[in-house]
Amino acid sequence: MSELVVNNVSMIFDTPDGGQVEALRDVSFSLKQGELLSVLGPSGCGKSTLLNIVAGFLAPTHGRVELASTEVHGPGAERGMVFQQGALFEWLTVAENIGFGPMMKGTPQAEIKRTVDHLLETVGLQDFGDKAIYELSGGMQQRVALARCLANDPDVILMDEPLGALDALTREKMQSLVLKLWKETGKTIVLITHSVEEALFLGERLFVMAPRPGRIKKEYQLPFADAGLHQNPREIKASPEFIATREEILTMIWEMEEEIMGRAEAVGG
Amino acid sequence: MTFLQSLLERTGLIASGMEKRKTVTFGDTASVADGRFWSVLSVFTLALAWYLGSALELVNPIFWPAPSAVWDQFVSISGEGYRNFSLWEHIWASLYRILVGFGLGCLIGIPLGFAMGLSKIMRGWFDPIVEFFRPIPPLAFIPLVIIWSGIGERSKILLLFFAALWIMVIAARAGVGSVKLSKIHAAYSLGASKRQILMKVILPNSLPEIFTGMRVAMGVCWGTVVAAELVAAESGVGFMIMVASKFLSTDIVVLGVIIVGAIGYGIDILMRKLEAKLIPWKGKA
Repeated sequence: MSELVVNNVSMIFDTPDGGQVEALRDVSFSLKQGELLSVLGPSGCGKSTLLNIVAGFLAPTHGRVELASTEVHGPGAERGMVFQQGALFEWLTVAENIGFGPMMKGTPQAEIKRTVDHLLETVGLQDFGDKAIYELSGGMQQRVALARCLANDPDVILMDEPLGALDALTREKMQSLVLKLWKETGKTIVLITHSVEEALFLGERLFVMAPRPGRIKKEYQLPFADAGLHQNPREIKASPEFIATREEILTMIWEMEEEIMGRAEAVGG
Repeated sequence: MTFLQSLLERTGLIASGMEKRKTVTFGDTASVADGRFWSVLSVFTLALAWYLGSALELVNPIFWPAPSAVWDQFVSISGEGYRNFSLWEHIWASLYRILVGFGLGCLIGIPLGFAMGLSKIMRGWFDPIVEFFRPIPPLAFIPLVIIWSGIGERSKILLLFFAALWIMVIAARAGVGSVKLSKIHAAYSLGASKRQILMKVILPNSLPEIFTGMRVAMGVCWGTVVAAELVAAESGVGFMIMVASKFLSTDIVVLGVIIVGAIGYGIDILMRKLEAKLIPWKGKA
């Protein structure tokens, strides 16, 4: 079992004007294999910094990240990433994009083809393998991004607002796909999102982060992701319990935003 | 729809489809795209003016020859040649210089541009050199290359190499710079090595910029080779024009100018076709 452990991670960097920004202060948590964590917070709360540290693109000032008891020192194939948009390779076909990871490892062609065919079907793009990326809609492109990540069979999938650029209807469909893939593959997922509804619907656990310094302000354990596997998503999102939690979190985030605005005005004025 | 109406629509003379219902056309680029009719008319008018001008003897043929005179020269030079070389040999001489000079410029320029886009030291080291030489018109180096290598092939190729080099360096550097960080991050997370990222992500990602650079460099090279041949050469289209002008053979001069224009146009069309074939994703991200 590969557990993801984030231990006392802090991130401080210097600004050009000689000051310092504390992007993260003492963030600690651990995720068991197969857990789905969503992370919410106002802009500047360090959620993207946190994801980049776990991905290995940034090294924390203090603390450490471990996956399966091995410390993370850089990016690696065991931690796959799904980006918002524009991270697919336009010069490759859909199938070639999905097979990119295995190809980098030198997997035999026949095996790559099997994996790709299976994943095309899993994400509902079985007839699109030979298409070019620019021929697909935004939602389809994100299906390819999910499949490309899964093709490498990573232990953890890090999602940086993967559905952020999609229209509302496509987004709901894609949320159900993420849930389905999560359950089928048993992957550990960390999902960063701006949408409170999405974070609630998809997360088994949810962190609400606060800015300056970036930290985990509140943690929730949620029942909706499990229910979403067999229940109508709209029904879940309309349930009193869901709405109550949503409003509670929205109020919390609004208050933080107001505070930031107030500070900005105090500094500016 | 009447036959006349459909004919007018197909030639672009009157609007068709959605364009017909648009109330705002001034400033809408889609509504000026269909101007083929006027292109045909413009070429036809110019040709007619040339023909009438000479038929009515409005212009002294020493200043501007009749179309028939130019055509006759075309026929005779393609058969008998001019100054020891046939017309095709003159054209090939110019094209050959371009292909070699341009090729060398790409061969050195693209890797150098990549190095500048990927390494801080290379970027810093070559930045002042590139920025200094880039704005200098290649023709300014003609005296120097003649001193170095005389008026033979070597001096032309050196000049064209110089003309293409800086353009390709800058294009390749811009190509590297255009890669989105999320693509690089995605590739690393998919287990790619540095070498794989260079070959499988950065290189293909920079192809649109490199190709644009090649088109510009080709254009500049063509202009430069003709100009260089005008100054000093023993063959080539520019050489042909230069010698003919000394004998006031305006018909050959004009023939040369038309050939220069046609080939320049042809090169650009060829490059655009190649681009559409090789980089179909360009501009469709």
